[in-house]
Amino acid sequence: MKIGVLALQGAFSEHIHMLRQLDVEAVEVRLPEELNDIDGLIIPGGESTTIGKLAVMYQLMNPLRQFARERPVWGTCAGMIFMAKAIGMDQPLMGVMDIVVERNAFGRQKDSFKEDVYVNVLKNGDSIPFPGIFIRSPKLVQTKGRVLMLAHLADGTPVAAIEDRLLATAFHPELTTDTRFHQYFLSLIQT
Amino acid sequence: METNEKKSDDRVGSFTVKSGLAQMLKGGVIMDVVSVEHAVIAEEAGAVAVMALERVPADIREHGGVARMSDPALIKEIMQSVSIPVMAKCRIGHFVEAQILEAIGVDYVDESEVLTPADERHHIDKHPFTIPFVCGCRDLGEALRRIGEGAAMIRTKGEAGTGDIVEAVRHARTVLGAIRDLKAKPDDELMAYAKDLGAPYEVVKHTKELGRLPVVNFAAGGIATPADAALMMQIGVDGVFVGSGIFKSADPARRAKAIVEATTHYKDPKILAEISQHLGEPMVGISVSTLAEGETLADRGW
Repeated sequence: MKIGVLALQGAFSEHIHMLRQLDVEAVEVRLPEELNDIDGLIIPGGESTTIGKLAVMYQLMNPLRQFARERPVWGTCAGMIFMAKAIGMDQPLMGVMDIVVERNAFGRQKDSFKEDVYVNVLKNGDSIPFPGIFIRSPKLVQTKGRVLMLAHLADGTPVAAIEDRLLATAFHPELTTDTRFHQYFLSLIQT
Repeated sequence: METNEKKSDDRVGSFTVKSGLAQMLKGGVIMDVVSVEHAVIAEEAGAVAVMALERVPADIREHGGVARMSDPALIKEIMQSVSIPVMAKCRIGHFVEAQILEAIGVDYVDESEVLTPADERHHIDKHPFTIPFVCGCRDLGEALRRIGEGAAMIRTKGEAGTGDIVEAVRHARTVLGAIRDLKAKPDDELMAYAKDLGAPYEVVKHTKELGRLPVVNFAAGGIATPADAALMMQIGVDGVFVGSGIFKSADPARRAKAIVEATTHYKDPKILAEISQHLGEPMVGISVSTLAEGETLADRGW
């Protein structure tokens, strides 16, 4: 199994480090042809405007959309924004998930926070919480169709969702030492 | 002992959350902007953040006098005009300017040698702040002292406002070379090495374990072309600050976009050749070797 991490900008090396800890081959993806031989793709946290512009400039948009129709994709934070159908702002999006996302919905950096979340689909997810790190985080404001919620904050705000084999989290598992979310994504590839 | 340090389990302002924003900026370009118009051009070009200030370093050099924190009204205007993070500079040791920037709600404070220092011995104790700080360094000891004070991001200083890359290269090579030396040291030599560096032992030890700085490290001070940005990335920094290099050039929008592309595709000379074409005149610049003693900014910081 070989996983690609979109390396246009952002915390891509953190994802690669997590995958290598799990003994999975991980490669950086910057150009369309680098999508060809990977089994799944992670879109990291970063600045969604920067990632979107570079994806357009280097003709990645349609190959990425095609990839998402065939293979699993996971977006964290900026990656979740990039996968959404709508965000109420004019910026380039993949638009492959039936979710509406609001950028920086919790506020600026001074409002960035940590909160433990219970994620039942993870190993021991109902008993051992996952450390949620939210940095200028987006909010899932609307979901449609086959989208399922996977995790909520204590106040009920949804922070992770799945639609078939497309996964989105508002927080950053790549900034933790807990590999369970990455293991869960790998399990989507094996099914 | 009473400590002001934010606890790792605090909901907001923990070190994980502060250094985490810098991790989201990696592989990106942070651009100096002096107006809303500049900020919009920077965001449109793909900047990951902007540094809001009244004058770019080249103009600070020319203008002379005391350089201070920018007018909060200008910073707020810029914050309202873009969706990307906004940084702002305070003077070294001027913790009240930093408190003001925190009150405005900027996303990062740059405790910067580009402004005139307010304290010739002490930098700001950055631990009690909820917003994160980036600080400059010329060598590993300076970087680790700043991290010891709570900096959540480091940038090598270079020589701001010159358009000459030589100091940026020197400082990045010095820091990265010292980390390579540190990795080779046995644990029982770390205390003496920490003493030589003038850096906290625990931070030195942690850096050895990681084999890199414990926080994100950008390059700054002298980047004027896409090739300069790619050079710093290949030397091994995590991203770049571009100050005067963009808005002192003939075609800022095009040059800004090219530097963004170069920072992503830094390993691909064919793409670098493509994006380096037809950018118009770069900033004129000043060779650092012609600067008189006392005209260099990088020596500020202790």
